[in-house]
Amino acid sequence: MLEIDGLGKTYGTGEKATEAIRSISFIVAENEFVCVVGPSGCGKTTLLKCVAGLLPPSRGQAVLQGKPVTEPPEAMALVFQEYSRSLMPWASVRNNVLLPLRHKSLSGADRKRLVEESLEAVGLTRFIDHYPWQLSGGMQQRVAIARALAYQPSILLMDEPFASVDAQTRGDLEDLVLQVQEEYGVTILFVTHDIDEAVYMADRVVVLTHAPTTVLEILDIPIPFPRDQIATKELPEFAHLRAHVYRLIKRDEEHAPEPEQVGRGVDG
Amino acid sequence: MTPRTYRTLKIAAEIVVPIAILLAWQLWTVHADNPNFPRLSTILVEFRDMWLFSDFGTDVVPSLKRIALGFGIATVLGVGLGIPLGMSRWTRSLAMPHVEYWRAMPPPALLPISIVLLHSIGDVQKVSFIAFFCLFPILLNTMDGVRAIDPTLIDTARSFNVSRWERIRRLVFPAALPQISAGMRTSLSLAVIIMVVSEYFSSTSGVGFVLLNSKNTFQFTPMWAAILLIGLLGYLLNVLFMLAERRILAWHRGWRAATPQ
Repeated sequence: MLEIDGLGKTYGTGEKATEAIRSISFIVAENEFVCVVGPSGCGKTTLLKCVAGLLPPSRGQAVLQGKPVTEPPEAMALVFQEYSRSLMPWASVRNNVLLPLRHKSLSGADRKRLVEESLEAVGLTRFIDHYPWQLSGGMQQRVAIARALAYQPSILLMDEPFASVDAQTRGDLEDLVLQVQEEYGVTILFVTHDIDEAVYMADRVVVLTHAPTTVLEILDIPIPFPRDQIATKELPEFAHLRAHVYRLIKRDEEHAPEPEQVGRGVDG
Repeated sequence: MTPRTYRTLKIAAEIVVPIAILLAWQLWTVHADNPNFPRLSTILVEFRDMWLFSDFGTDVVPSLKRIALGFGIATVLGVGLGIPLGMSRWTRSLAMPHVEYWRAMPPPALLPISIVLLHSIGDVQKVSFIAFFCLFPILLNTMDGVRAIDPTLIDTARSFNVSRWERIRRLVFPAALPQISAGMRTSLSLAVIIMVVSEYFSSTSGVGFVLLNSKNTFQFTPMWAAILLIGLLGYLLNVLFMLAERRILAWHRGWRAATPQ
C-alpha cells in the first residue's frame, strides 16, 4: 500500500545543512495500523510531511499504491496535532468537514451524506452547526478526524493527534480511531512520541532513532483486537512490549548528540 | 461594579459629555457676541434650514456618493491587490517601494495634478482622488492579514488538494477579513477627510464646497453648520461600519474569547 524507501531529509545546504532524517524505510500494508514512535525532535513531523507530499524529500521516496508521492495524493488524508489551527474558526463544523469535498465531483446530496456520516462516526451529529471554538479540544480533534474520513482516503496519516488533550479524552479518542478504522476499513500511519499509545493502537510499531533519524527497530504487536484501555494494558504482553520499546529509545538517547546539534525547530 | 451598571454608565457618559460640551458652547457664545463664533442655537437653526432637507439633495448626496464610490473602489482594489501581494514574496518586494512612496504622499500635494491628469473637475477627479488615498490602508492591512494566516491551515488545505482559487476564497480571504476590516475603517475616516479637501478645489457642489464658499463670503453660521454636518457624517459612517462589522465578524469575537492568544 505505502512504501517508504530510503527517505531522507536535509534542511539547508553547505555549512548550515542540518540532516533531520538520514534514511527511513518501512512498508505499510493495506488495512494495517502502523505507529511511528521516536524521541522528541527526531523528525517525525518531517517524515509525515514528506510522505504526505507537502515537503519534498532530499533522498529516497514514498510510494503510495505504486505511485511515487510528489504532491498530496487524493487517496491520503492528514490529521494534524494542532486541531485548533487546522480548523477554520469562521466556518461551522459542517463547513469545515465540507472543505475537502467541494472540489470532488460529487452530487450535493452525496456531499451532505458524507459530512453527516463522518460526523456521526465521531459522535458529533449534534454539533454540526456549531463553530469549532465552541467545542472542547477533544471534540475539535474529532471534527478534524471526521473531515479526514469524509474525504474517503485509503490511508490516513495522523501527526501526534492527541498530544494536546487530557489523558481521559486521549484514551477515548484512541478507541474512537480504532473503531473508525474498523468501520471505514482505512489504513493508518500514526505518529506519536507516546510509547503506550503506539503499542496500544498499532499492528506494528516503527521505532526511530534521534536525529539524524534512522529506523531502530520494527516490531509486531501480536495483541488481539478489539483492544481495551484497561484489559489490554493489563496484559503481560503489553507491559513487555512497552518496556522493550522504552528501553530501545532510552538506550538510543544515551548515544544522542548534544541538543544543539539536533535539528531544532524541525519537529513541531 | 456589576457589568450592567458599568454598561449604563458608559452609555450615559457617551451621551452626557457631548451634551455638556454643547451646553457650555451655547452659554459661552451667548455672552461672547463674536461673529466668528455664532450661538449654538443659531447654528442649529441654520443646520435645520440647510441640511434638513433643502440642500441635502444638492450638496450632501453628491458628497456621500463620492465617498461611497471612492471607498468602494479602494476596497475592491485594496483587497484584490493585497491578496496576491500578501501571498507572494516576489511580487511584494517588487511592489513595496512604490506602495511606500505613494502612501507617504500628502493628499493636497496631488490635488492640482489630479485635475490636470484626469481633465476633470467633476466626480471622476473627486472619486479617483478619494479612492487613491483610501487604497493604502486597505492594501497594507490586507497584505498583513494574508501573511499572518496559519501555515497549518494552508498545509491542511494543500493535503486535501484544495485548489488555489478555493484556498483563497475559503481560507485566505476569511482569515484576513478581520484585518481587512480594520484597514477599511481607517480608510472610511480618511474618505471623509479627502472628500472635504477635494471639494475645496474647483467644485460646484458638496459639503466641502459649501464650507469653503461660506467662509469666502463671510457667512460664518452656514460654515459652522457645515462643520457640524461633516463631523456627524464621519461619526455616523463609523457607527454604521462598526454595526456591519459586528455582524459579519461575529465569529472572530467568539473565537478570540475562546482561544488564549
